[in-house]
Amino acid sequence: MAAGSVARAGGPRQRLRTQGGATVRRVLDSEQVTGWSFVTPGVAIIMLFGTVPIIWSAVLSFQRSTLNTSGTGFAGLSNYRQLARDPVVAQAIQHTLVYTALFVPGTMAVGLFLAVAMNRKIRFIAFYRTAAYATMAISTISEAIVFTWLFDPSYGVANYSLSLLHLPQQQFLNSPSEALFVIAAMTIWGWTGFAVVVYLAALQGIPRTLLEAAAIDGAGPWRTFRRITLPLLSPASLFLTVWLTINALQLFDEVYLSTQGGPLHATTVLVYYLYDQAFQQFNFGYASAIAYFLFLVIIVITVIQFRVGRRFTYYRS
Amino acid sequence: MTAVSTPARDGVRSAGRSMRSILAGMPARRRRRWPFSPWHLVLVPATIVLLFPFAWVLITSVETPSEALHFPPVLVPHTLRFANYSDALASAPFVRFLVNSAVVALATVLCNLVLCALAGYAFARFRFLGRTALFAVIMATLMVPFQVTMIPQFIITKWLGVHVLAGVGINHLGALILPNAATAFGIFFLRQFFRTLPIEYEESARVDGASRLTVLVRIVLPLATPALATLAALTFLDSWNNFLWPLIAVTSTDQMTLPLGLATFQGAHATDWTLLMAGNVMSLVPMLAVFFIAQRYFIQSVAATGLAGT
Repeated sequence: MAAGSVARAGGPRQRLRTQGGATVRRVLDSEQVTGWSFVTPGVAIIMLFGTVPIIWSAVLSFQRSTLNTSGTGFAGLSNYRQLARDPVVAQAIQHTLVYTALFVPGTMAVGLFLAVAMNRKIRFIAFYRTAAYATMAISTISEAIVFTWLFDPSYGVANYSLSLLHLPQQQFLNSPSEALFVIAAMTIWGWTGFAVVVYLAALQGIPRTLLEAAAIDGAGPWRTFRRITLPLLSPASLFLTVWLTINALQLFDEVYLSTQGGPLHATTVLVYYLYDQAFQQFNFGYASAIAYFLFLVIIVITVIQFRVGRRFTYYRS
Repeated sequence: MTAVSTPARDGVRSAGRSMRSILAGMPARRRRRWPFSPWHLVLVPATIVLLFPFAWVLITSVETPSEALHFPPVLVPHTLRFANYSDALASAPFVRFLVNSAVVALATVLCNLVLCALAGYAFARFRFLGRTALFAVIMATLMVPFQVTMIPQFIITKWLGVHVLAGVGINHLGALILPNAATAFGIFFLRQFFRTLPIEYEESARVDGASRLTVLVRIVLPLATPALATLAALTFLDSWNNFLWPLIAVTSTDQMTLPLGLATFQGAHATDWTLLMAGNVMSLVPMLAVFFIAQRYFIQSVAATGLAGT
C-alpha cells in the first residue's frame, strides 16, 4: 500500500523478506498504519479536550444554557447582544486594557534594564541572575499572597516604606483607584525572570564585533545601545510584546486571590468576569459568548502587534 | 558565555585593549575609577527588590501573630516561632497538596513526552492519509485561549467521570492530568526538532531491520534529549503553577494541588498572616528546590521559547 514511500526506508530488501505470512507485518510496519497509530493517542486527547470544546463553546454561545439545562434552547445572538449592553463587560474591557498597558511595557522595561545590567562578567553575577530567575519558580497564587501581605494597608511593608519617606498612607488593594496598579506591580515582579531570560539570551546572541566596530567608530555607550543593541533585540522585544499581551489579557489568578474583582468591580477583568459567569452563576451560554469575545480581542491585538511590529523589527540573516 | 558582550561600557574599553587580552578575556590593564564595577550599584538594589518578597514570606512565617500585626513591621523577629508551621499543617494538608502537585506534574510530563514524541515523530517522518489536515486541526487549537475551551472541558470531564472512569472525572487527580496529557505545542515543538535531525541514521537502522518504534526509541529520542528536556521543563512549570483548571475541576481538599490548596487556605485564614506565610513557604520551597537543581534546563527552555519566537 505504501510501497512507494517505504522504498525510502530500505524498502526493496524488506519486500524480499516479506513473502508469505509476513504480509501482516508489512502492513503493520507501513507508514499508513504506524503513522496513524503513533498519532492517535495524542491527537485523540487534543481533539477531545481542544477541538471539540472549541466548537462546543461556539454552539453554547448561541444557547441559553446553564449547568442544569445544558444545551436547551437556541437563543440566537441574544448572548452577544447582552454582552454589548452589559455595563460590567464594558468595565472589564477597560480594566483589562489598562492592566495590559501597565503590565506589558512595565515587564519589558524591567526585563531589558536588568538583562543589560546582568549581561557582563562581574563578581556575583550568577547570584544576581539567579535572584531574577527565582521569580519564575513562584506560582501566581504564592506571589499574590505575598504581595497582598506586602501591600496590606494596616501592617504592610509598602505603607511602612511610604511612612519612612513621609508620604501619605495608601489603601492599595482596598482602593478602587489603586488596586489595579498593585496587581500590575505583583505580576511584573512575577514575570521579571521570564523577561530577563529572553532578553539575556538575545543579548548574548549579539556578535561583539558589531559593538566593537561601533566603539571604534566613536560611538559612546548610549549611542551603541540605542543604534546597535536595541535594533538587534527587536525580535525578542516583539516576541515579548505578543507573549506578555496574550498573558495579560488572560489575567485571572492574582485577581481571584487578592481582590475577587473588587473593590467596586475595580479589578474585574474579562477572564474574572467570565469565570464568575461560568462557575459562580453557571450561565454557560453567556460565559461562552464572553470567552469568544476574549478570543477575538486576543486575535485582533496579536495581529496588529505583528503587523506594526514587523516594521520595527530587524532580522539578521 | 565566554563571548558575553558588554555593550555599554566595556565595548568602549575593549577597543583600546590588545587583541591578546581580549582573547584571553583578561581585564584591561588600565586604571579604573572604581574599585568595582559600577553596575553593582544598580544590581544590588534590584536584587534586594527581587528577593525581598521571598525574605518577607520567610520572616513573617516565623513571627508571632502580634509581631506580624504590628506597625511599623517587625523586620527581625525576636524569637523563631516554628509553631506556625505545625499550626498550618494542622489546618490544611500541605503534604497532601504537595504529593498531589508532584503526581499531577510528573504524570503530565511523562504523558506529554511519550504522546508528543510519538505524534511529533509521525508528523515529522511518515506520510499517511490525512496527515496535513490532522496537523492543521491540531495546530488550530494552539491559538485558542484556555478560557474558550474550559466550559465544555468541564462538561466533558464530568461526563467521563460518570460514564467512563471515575478516576478522570471531576474531583479526581486524573481530571488534572488527562486533558493536559498531550499538547499541540508539545507535538509541534518535537516535530520541528525531529525534522532537523539527519534522516540517514534512521534509514540505516531501518535497513538493518529495526521497526519504526525501535528507530524512534533507540535512535531518534537519544538524539532529541535537549528538546525532550526543554519540553519536560516547560510542561512541569505549567502543570505545577496551573490554577484555573484545578479551581474548576476539584473541590474536595484531598484532591487539591498546591496553588489551589494554598488559595483555599487563604480563603479560610485571610488575616492569619503568620499561618498563611508558613503555608506559603511550604508551597514555595519544593518548586524553588526543583528549580535550582534543574536551573539550566528551565532557563534553556524559556530562552528556547523566546528565541524560537524571534
